[in-house]
Amino acid sequence: MDTSRRLFLQAGAAVGGGLMLGFGVRADAAATAVTLTDYVIVAPDGVVTVMAKNPEIGQGAKTMLPMLIAEEMDLPWSSLRIETAASDPKRYGAQFAGGSMTTTMNWLPMRQVGAAARWMLIAAAAQKVGAPHDAFSTAEGQVIHTPSGKRFTYGALAADAAKINPPKLDDLPLKDPKAFKLIGQSKAGYDSPKIVRGEPIFGIDMTLPGMLYAVYVKSPVYGARLISCDLTAVKAAHGVKDAFILKGTDWHGLQDGIAIVANSWWYAQTARERLKPVWDEAAGAPHDSLIYLEQAKDLVKGPGEVKQSHGDADGALASAAKTISAFYEVPFLAHVPMEPQNCTARVTADGAEIWAPTQNPNSGGELVARTLGIGPEKVVVHMRRSGGGFGRRLENDYMAEAAAIAQKAGAPIKLVWSREDDIAYDYFRPGCYHQLRAGIDGDGRLSVYDCHSVTFARDGKVAQGASIEGNAFAPMVTPNFRLTQSLIPSTVPTGYLRAPTSNAIAFVHESFWDEIAHAAGQDPVAFRLAQLDAHAGDKADYNPGRMRRVLAAVAERAKWGQATLPKGEGMGVATYFSHRGYFAEVAHVRIADDGQWRVVKVWAVGDVGSHIINPTGAYNQVEGSIMDGIGSMEAGMTFEKGRAVQVNFQDIPMMRMPKAPLIDAHFLASDFPPTGLGEPALPPILPAVANAIFAATGIRIRKLPVLPEDIAAGRRVA
Amino acid sequence: MLTLNINGKPRQLDVPEDMPLLWALRDVLDLKGTKFGCGVAQCGACTVHVDGEATRACVTPVGTVLDAKITTIEGVGASPQGKALQAAWLDLDVMQCGYCQAGQIMTAAALLARTSKPDDTAIDDAMEGNLCRCATYKRIRAAIKTASGQSADDRREA
Repeated sequence: MDTSRRLFLQAGAAVGGGLMLGFGVRADAAATAVTLTDYVIVAPDGVVTVMAKNPEIGQGAKTMLPMLIAEEMDLPWSSLRIETAASDPKRYGAQFAGGSMTTTMNWLPMRQVGAAARWMLIAAAAQKVGAPHDAFSTAEGQVIHTPSGKRFTYGALAADAAKINPPKLDDLPLKDPKAFKLIGQSKAGYDSPKIVRGEPIFGIDMTLPGMLYAVYVKSPVYGARLISCDLTAVKAAHGVKDAFILKGTDWHGLQDGIAIVANSWWYAQTARERLKPVWDEAAGAPHDSLIYLEQAKDLVKGPGEVKQSHGDADGALASAAKTISAFYEVPFLAHVPMEPQNCTARVTADGAEIWAPTQNPNSGGELVARTLGIGPEKVVVHMRRSGGGFGRRLENDYMAEAAAIAQKAGAPIKLVWSREDDIAYDYFRPGCYHQLRAGIDGDGRLSVYDCHSVTFARDGKVAQGASIEGNAFAPMVTPNFRLTQSLIPSTVPTGYLRAPTSNAIAFVHESFWDEIAHAAGQDPVAFRLAQLDAHAGDKADYNPGRMRRVLAAVAERAKWGQATLPKGEGMGVATYFSHRGYFAEVAHVRIADDGQWRVVKVWAVGDVGSHIINPTGAYNQVEGSIMDGIGSMEAGMTFEKGRAVQVNFQDIPMMRMPKAPLIDAHFLASDFPPTGLGEPALPPILPAVANAIFAATGIRIRKLPVLPEDIAAGRRVA
Repeated sequence: MLTLNINGKPRQLDVPEDMPLLWALRDVLDLKGTKFGCGVAQCGACTVHVDGEATRACVTPVGTVLDAKITTIEGVGASPQGKALQAAWLDLDVMQCGYCQAGQIMTAAALLARTSKPDDTAIDDAMEGNLCRCATYKRIRAAIKTASGQSADDRREA
């Protein structure tokens, strides 16, 4: 996304006589849509309300974005109120939580918004005093006339400032980073006091007058159509107000199902048992994890489609002094955010109003409009705090369902998915399979890297979230390189899970790098450092110098290679570049005799640019990403006859308190603009752990999930 | 009509006795701090206190707790343990998404009520049933220790 868009500022009077300041955004000068809006509201009493434009899913955007505005405005944090903006892309530009983009896209614009507000407040004071603009400074929510020391509160200036022509953003000086007072200081989550008191701020907590509760029952087989369903019994159930069939074939939106509407969610949920729907599930039959694996093993023997190539991979493999090869398997994964999918909808003749925990409110509004057959201008989407996202809420299928049910029911409804619904109807992180080959020349140098990846397809194209491209390190440092792709058609819905693509292929490539290092008889850290040094001058998206720094730092912090560990323990290392962030991580694992494994400690060093805007949030993201990644190494979704096998949390192991490792996280500042932290710390932890298991046991992990019985069996063979 | 004792007050509700306490709290009594996570006692998001014991409200029929004292996240701040935990949660900025944290605090409050200074093993045992999908476990552990007047350090590998 282009972040160099032109920004337009305009001031206007807010209700109550304060200053309302905003900017419109347009993609380029030729675009016609210029809309103005408010980011900053200064009330006459000095209370400043700052809008947070993006969804809050636990990544801290609601606290971090206003910090940028407040920094340039010299606002005292304690006087600040924060509100979540409405979903309105014409006013706010794209609003979403994804791709670790919030920091990247807003670091400059949000500071410009703050600087412009400050400029207008100074201009108002300058008019009052009759002195030039540069005779004023600001501090702690006040404009100060430097020569006289006379102070004006922002509240007192707001009404006059609203009449000032706003400045051009490009000409506006921004603060010298040395003068930052907020950026770099930890600010606790703005909503947290409400959360510890149990206040109803999440999507699922929404209520409306006259609201009813709904469940929506779909086939467990993906793409199945509803043939018939007798609704007599369910309509007679206690508390049930209505039940009806809805039809649809939009796999991002409304699909065939039965809605049950009741006085309480539990009545609706309980009444489901009375349904005996007849589905056409034939399309699901060939979609089975065991069949997929057999297909993948066949496909990697074929030619595939070459996606990326340089040098002569076949020639280099033929002439290598030593070759190694390995087949890696990565499973499908579910997102399972703690708050199940839900949505509250009110549909009247005037339009639709939606309250949802979503990562993607703008496209949700469009989906609701399409589903109901009304104009998008008639849909209002309110963003509610999300109980986790992890990419699941980039999809808005629950919005389409809630809107369609509310329309037919003729009452506001809250649709809540059961956890079983949430897992069965996920947009899964697709699995993938990889046949890797590498060649080492007579001098112990890597001469060739060849990977044939098998991933999944939908409608003849690579399925959503199923790309296997993006590993930057191997193609940069290997003279002969080839990446080949083959596709398995699948009906299983797929999508983006935290650090999409990277969360799967980092494990594959960085584990295989460890294999290469060992095959070359070299230390895994030294081997990588040598490769990065050899390419220090390369100019690509991947900056070898930044990765070298974090790798050297993490090796030092972890005392890599210095400790003699007890039997059954080992340390592994991996690096990965994703979402513009550079992370190197070391894992220390301990493995019991029965193969039970546990990560004892992780060291992580990251470079995400010049500033860590809110350190408490940043460290929380790194720690959470690492534990999420480790937890995912015990999980895997499988499919039989076109449906998911796992149904609830008991089938999906995740990180829990006793297994949570110690984490030593550290950032290195660099001369690059700050980028996001929701994702990049996650990918390298999986291979770091897998490589540590190898160091501890000699057993190479080439398949996820990592099962204790596989480790125990490997030991018996060894 | 049934009567439940919730956060020290009698609350009347007209529901079947087999309705889980979770849905009585959320949909009938408008106490939405107790969260729905799984419905099968696998995640702990719905944890409340029933006579001081951490209990999964999603699998607790209201008919089984008619004579009990029920405490929810909305009322836990009235106890010294609950109040100290809420403060520690904010001081250490534990939360990411925050959805599970009501349940975490309720389980931790029940732990502190019976073990005033839990060590790491006691914390592991008590908290294992409470899933945090954001994996804020490092800070949850530190907050429990802080709230109980201990050093926040994780001593498991010490």
